[in-house]
Amino acid sequence: MMAGKDQAWVDIGPLHAVPRQGARLVRTGAGCIALFRASDDRVFALDDRCPHQDGPLSQGIVHGHSVTCPLHNWVISLESGEAEGADEGSVRTYPVRVEDGRLLIDMAALGATKAA
Amino acid sequence: MTQKLVVIGAGMASGRALEHLFEAAPDAFDVTLFGAEPRGNYNRIMLSPVLSGEKTFEEIVTHDAAWYADHKVDCRFGETVTRIDRERKVVVSKGGETPYDRLLIATGSAPFIIPVPGKDLPGVMTYRDLDDVNRMLEVAETPGANAVVIGGGLLGLEAAAGLHARGMDVTVLHLMGHLMERQLDPAAGHLLKTELESRGIKVRTQASTKAILGHDKVDAVLLEDETVLDADIVVMAVGIRPETRIATDTGLVVERGIVVDDQMRTSDPDILAIGECVEHEHVVCGLVAPLYDMAKVAAQTLLGKGAAYKGSETSTKLKVTGVDLFSAGDFADGEGREEIVLRDAARGVYKRLVLQDNRIIGTVMYGDTADGSWFFNHLKEKTDIADIRDTLIFGPAYAGGAAADPTAAVAALPDEGEICGCNGVCKGTIVQAIASKGLNTLDDVRAHTKASSSCGSCTGLVEQLLSLTLGDAYNPAAVQPMCGCTDFGHDDVRRMIVAKELKSIPAVMQELQWNSSGGCAKCRPALNYYLICTWPGEYEDDNQSRYINERVHANIQKDGTFSVVPRMWGGMTSSSELRAIADVVDKFNIPSVKVTGGQRIDMLGVKKEDLPAVWADLNAAGLVSGAAYAKGLRTVKTCVGTDWCRFGTQDSTGLGVKIERLMWGSWTPAKVKMGVSGCPRNCAEATCKDVGVICVDSGFDIHFAGAAGLEVRQTDLLGHVDTEAEAIEVIAALVQLYREQGRYLERIWKWAKRVGIETVREQVLLDPERRNALRERFLLSQQYAQTDPWAERVAGKFAHEFAPLADFSQPREEALT
Repeated sequence: MMAGKDQAWVDIGPLHAVPRQGARLVRTGAGCIALFRASDDRVFALDDRCPHQDGPLSQGIVHGHSVTCPLHNWVISLESGEAEGADEGSVRTYPVRVEDGRLLIDMAALGATKAA
Repeated sequence: MTQKLVVIGAGMASGRALEHLFEAAPDAFDVTLFGAEPRGNYNRIMLSPVLSGEKTFEEIVTHDAAWYADHKVDCRFGETVTRIDRERKVVVSKGGETPYDRLLIATGSAPFIIPVPGKDLPGVMTYRDLDDVNRMLEVAETPGANAVVIGGGLLGLEAAAGLHARGMDVTVLHLMGHLMERQLDPAAGHLLKTELESRGIKVRTQASTKAILGHDKVDAVLLEDETVLDADIVVMAVGIRPETRIATDTGLVVERGIVVDDQMRTSDPDILAIGECVEHEHVVCGLVAPLYDMAKVAAQTLLGKGAAYKGSETSTKLKVTGVDLFSAGDFADGEGREEIVLRDAARGVYKRLVLQDNRIIGTVMYGDTADGSWFFNHLKEKTDIADIRDTLIFGPAYAGGAAADPTAAVAALPDEGEICGCNGVCKGTIVQAIASKGLNTLDDVRAHTKASSSCGSCTGLVEQLLSLTLGDAYNPAAVQPMCGCTDFGHDDVRRMIVAKELKSIPAVMQELQWNSSGGCAKCRPALNYYLICTWPGEYEDDNQSRYINERVHANIQKDGTFSVVPRMWGGMTSSSELRAIADVVDKFNIPSVKVTGGQRIDMLGVKKEDLPAVWADLNAAGLVSGAAYAKGLRTVKTCVGTDWCRFGTQDSTGLGVKIERLMWGSWTPAKVKMGVSGCPRNCAEATCKDVGVICVDSGFDIHFAGAAGLEVRQTDLLGHVDTEAEAIEVIAALVQLYREQGRYLERIWKWAKRVGIETVREQVLLDPERRNALRERFLLSQQYAQTDPWAERVAGKFAHEFAPLADFSQPREEALT
């Protein structure tokens, strides 16, 4: 349905539905994606699975552009999905943006994961 | 041949474009200028000083009648263009048709009106032009009239300051968490709020307007939280939107604004557009700098010269006398971005530079903006700052600068600021003693003033006072900082929260000179606890600074599900409670049910989205949250005591229930588990609890500081009391002392070891006055703490926590909001 490199931005709700320094979930057929909103209103979308032991990152404390996993305190960069500090591992990120106060996520990128 | 140029909109953008045009080619165009306002161009951004009375309207007029006459401009002020006929190249207005060769649209923007009931009542106004200012000034003539300004952005705050200067009682309502969130980060927003409040302007953040009330005119504003604010006028300053109607009607391409290319041409090459009504490269602007850049390019385009608009870097200054605030560029955190933060608590200064690849890409300054334009220049020039990086934040005047002074925050404390809470010693007393008695060691200060001689939590601050008074002669012992964001230790932070009356996380970070802009996962939960403990009922809990378990009031498990533990007072339950639990387990297919060590029942494996429904059923049976997740009171474990036991000496179950009823809901530095045993056989295992009571024939032995986890430690005996009432009083005082002195995540036994068992005993057992004061403070705090968090969430609080934002997992992909 959304093959190729074309992007398919889909409106998933208003920015204010996600608390600052917080996250909400987006469910997909292939698992959950955590949608984060930092204190500066930048938004990020990552797989909701810590590279360490699959902890739900959406439940962590958001600080700066990082989130601390609730299970064992790994700190993950929201920008790159990479573990920070001494830990090693990474989690997939997805294109997401804000336009006129609405959150748009790229369904094509989601679809690509599904196929993979 | 002279061409006909028609200009729609007589504001700052078209004014500047005409200046450029006449300067380059005075006779190239016959100009007709339409303006909706019945006057020519004036410096709109200087309306605020007119409102406040610091300038007159005449002083801000940029083009007077003589100027227009000199340049033979046909002025049609107060005449609105209603239609553009592109086929015949004429514009239509009340005065008939006016032909054009080239058309310049500069219609600016219109204030956004929030669609609430009552928005059309007389007295509701916007802040856009001179007529708005005059309307406000009329109302301001009534002494003590109330103004409510909706919107805490640039415009709203300037309006608020102006109205306040005119003697009105002003309240600013702002939807977001801090003022001017588009230009400022939370730290600078906090400083600004403090400054405005100190002038008498009331500021409410996170205030959502529900309705404007009144019959034939405005009377009041109603907020979502049901607060009602009296209002003689309501000024809406929530934002602007490009005024594009005329362009849309004539079929030009319009997105958010009228779309223009680099030459400021619209989709019709004979029609140009500039200013706040346009959209260039998806950007719509609302500040003066880009608008002037556009005006320049438009003039060049009209003259057939090649010029291109490439967007503008913008900076913002708030035009409120005495408030120094500057922001420019992109100051969000980001990958590969670094920040340099300078906070000078003593002078109320905050400066933050955001760097990327050794270049300044953004800056926020408050309190001292003298270097703002210097930084802004480097930003625009993309200067490589690698060589001057170490001293960059100190500005151009400072070469080879030293690090910020760590004692500045203590230096800024007034003499009456309390340093030692145990002995009530303030800063002035200590400084005076050091100076007059020639003290130069910590022990000297302890001996002469008693400061730092009890629990010792203020030691760090006393040492800072020593080094502040004695200079380099004193070398303080290093204090373990709370986290990487600060040099202060936990105790210092706590004392300063009290002494400087800091009441929000941004306030603490500013006043104590945090070196990160927003803290980290270590300091934020700690600060949140310290603030809620210090200012009960006043501090608003920051949910996002809490660990997930305390945010959703259940315990997260390894698979992301949660466990739910209802409170069973003193471990007592009933058939109806057990039946309700059984029904919940069946209804929600909860996989495991287990009895805990603290005499409770744990339901494990509950899906997050089921939590509110599970709680609703449990609440219906009278069960509330057992706080099995909290840094707070967990359980009071009891034995059956004199009710059933042949060895029981007192009603241990009853006492346990009473203690739990008193203690539940309280937040503490770390979890608190208690036990009450009815006799020294100690079936409730009270002697390895944080607080334990052993009942004996003659009364009650109160124990504390036990542990049975990573460490195993038998309790110390705090002392003996004769009555149940006394036992409860002592325990309340003990817990309060721990709440006030414990470091975040420090269990009672560690705290007791640090401050000394004897110190604790003196305060909560031997000194009745102090015990009572502690108890009173505990009771006060409990007034605000004892609300069942489950019931709140069943009623809808924080509903966003429990539902996905969107669900694409179903066959029909559908977005939810």
